[in-house]
Amino acid sequence: MMLKLLSAVALMALAEPAFAEKIFVTNEKDNTVTVLDGETLKIVETVKVGQRPRDLKVSRDGKSVYIVASDSNRFDVLDIATMKISGTLPSGQDPERFDISPDGKTLYVANEDDNKVSFVDIATKKIVAEVPVGIEPEGMAVSPDGKIAVDTTETTSMAHFIDTEAKKVVANVLVDSRPRVAAWTPDGSQLWTSSEVGGTVAVIDAKTHAILKKISFEIPGLTSGKAQPVDIKFTQDGKTAFVALGPANRVAVIDPKSYEVQKYILVGQRDWNMGFSPDQKRLYVANGVSNDITIIDVADQKAVKSVPVGRSPWGVVAAP
Amino acid sequence: MKLFGLCALAALVAPSAFAQAPAAPIEIDYLGLKVERTLQFAYLDQPPPDAGLQGARVALADNQTTGQFLNQTFHLTEDMVDDAAGAVDAFKKRVAAGTKLFVTDLPAPILLQVADLPEAKGVTLLDATTRDDSLRAESCRRNVLHTAPSRAMLADALMQYMTIKKWGKIALVIGGDPEDKLYADAVRNSARKFRIKIVKEIPWTFDPGSRRTDTGAYAEGAEVARITQDVGDYDLLVVADEADNFGDELGYRTTEPRPVAGTQGLVPTAWARPFEQWGATQLQGRFLKATNRWMTESDYGAWLAVRSVGEAATRGNTTDPVKIGEFMRSKDFDVAGFKGTKLTFRDWDGQLREPLLLADARSLVSVSPQPGFLHQFSELDTLGVDRPETKCHM
Repeated sequence: MMLKLLSAVALMALAEPAFAEKIFVTNEKDNTVTVLDGETLKIVETVKVGQRPRDLKVSRDGKSVYIVASDSNRFDVLDIATMKISGTLPSGQDPERFDISPDGKTLYVANEDDNKVSFVDIATKKIVAEVPVGIEPEGMAVSPDGKIAVDTTETTSMAHFIDTEAKKVVANVLVDSRPRVAAWTPDGSQLWTSSEVGGTVAVIDAKTHAILKKISFEIPGLTSGKAQPVDIKFTQDGKTAFVALGPANRVAVIDPKSYEVQKYILVGQRDWNMGFSPDQKRLYVANGVSNDITIIDVADQKAVKSVPVGRSPWGVVAAP
Repeated sequence: MKLFGLCALAALVAPSAFAQAPAAPIEIDYLGLKVERTLQFAYLDQPPPDAGLQGARVALADNQTTGQFLNQTFHLTEDMVDDAAGAVDAFKKRVAAGTKLFVTDLPAPILLQVADLPEAKGVTLLDATTRDDSLRAESCRRNVLHTAPSRAMLADALMQYMTIKKWGKIALVIGGDPEDKLYADAVRNSARKFRIKIVKEIPWTFDPGSRRTDTGAYAEGAEVARITQDVGDYDLLVVADEADNFGDELGYRTTEPRPVAGTQGLVPTAWARPFEQWGATQLQGRFLKATNRWMTESDYGAWLAVRSVGEAATRGNTTDPVKIGEFMRSKDFDVAGFKGTKLTFRDWDGQLREPLLLADARSLVSVSPQPGFLHQFSELDTLGVDRPETKCHM
């Protein structure tokens, strides 16, 4: 209710500058991607994709969106200019999350049912390497310099550091139960992982692999088990981290220097994944149970509006 | 990339590529009683002969994958025995060979016989399948942990849901087996706890003596209508029929239209086919792929038992079975069981705390504890026997 009352006012405040961007949301149970106009927040397109679409990312050249179709065992490539699926890429079995190398040439994919990470060469559309990891690979994050790809495994509860050149695991760090997402700080000095059942975010030193801190979440009025961290997003200046808390229906705002939680922002139900607008003024949050996305004003650290999308929205990205 | 070589840091686990020769495997024995097959009342859903065991096997594979990064390996031996004497023999043999961690699928009397052997000192028996409340009360044992939910927990899961739905009255149909009496006891205790009224208890005495093929179903329908005609005002027909002898034949046959719950109908259980929340789809899928059948509640209990050993070895950073047993009982232990929360063992009776499902054959209806049932320490302790009420004195 509060969100709706606030939205009219907030949207006016948000109106500058014009958001010419497009917002893309994977609907896990609809086999579609919802495309919204960043300015009007209206649905402009619903694109049919492969089965069980989950993670998605904008290509480094900004022309396409790579969409994982987990049950079709492939990527669909959405051409942003035409809003059509322009092709597919191999992904290995049951792909879940992935990341793109900084040079834009390689995709690193967590193969959830297969206990491995696949390296996909985009140009030749071939899987060029497979690296065995723990059980239920999930999170994937390539370091800013492209040298290390980290995968988290949910049942093994580890962050596996993979040397992308040697295509080998070089370190395994045990974290709390069911790690979901791995995210590098923008300067590449730390890797953060979220443990859904453990209820913590581990801050790992990129060089020594030592755990520097475990951040936990205490939300007034909620029992401790309700905060189940999943997605982690850093602002490009590295000054703020946002962590989606799943069934707690909140996004935590964290100061990466002090590791203190500064605020909890109420969003829709079961928020797992998030994506910034290209100018990083907004953070979009996919709410898997309430079938909508919440728009957070990054500067104000406030939720300004929720917009309905398809069924079980999983992830969200935006592109100019 | 020298940077990422073998740094001697505590938090850093040696990568498998550089690992030394593997340490001796962590031995786990699966000790189960062979189930005598009888012709089921219905031909549907024949109970798999390897229920339980397959859960242990899938968990073993999970443990191995994790273990390879920690230089830990696990080994599972399987002893499927015919009777109590066979269980005792197999157990003694394994203990003599050095095994100290057992996953058991044994009925209560045999489990106690094994647990009380002098050889069972320092051993941990992970009971994957019994529901008996007595094993968590006056007959509890220090060397036994339970990964299967007790009948008290199952009944509480159902009664909490009734409370939320404001369904205050039940009629209770009780089968003739000793297990059915125990299930009914648990329902009575739980109904008292949650102030649900049992308006009538109906012993099931009808024996059609024939399966569905012999038109037994017709006579049974008439019998159900008869025994439910004078019940009065009730919301839910709760059935205690653990062996599946008649419970499925109650629905749609009652005099007043009332839903069925308990051992059939809406069933409180640790695991069910329609369950896909909290990543459970992944375990369902992994299990199906490995075994070509669906995971049963016994499989889940055994999976949890073997995973608990794996988790204790990983987190406790030890391959010593005694230390693994101690770690499982410590405050630092938890295991993830696709229930969206940490699962831990109660220190007063060795029972694993876990959310329980309420499901019928095709859909997940709810998960208990229900919202609003609060607890000072863990909401999961609103299911089953809590510390102040325990009759277990180890």
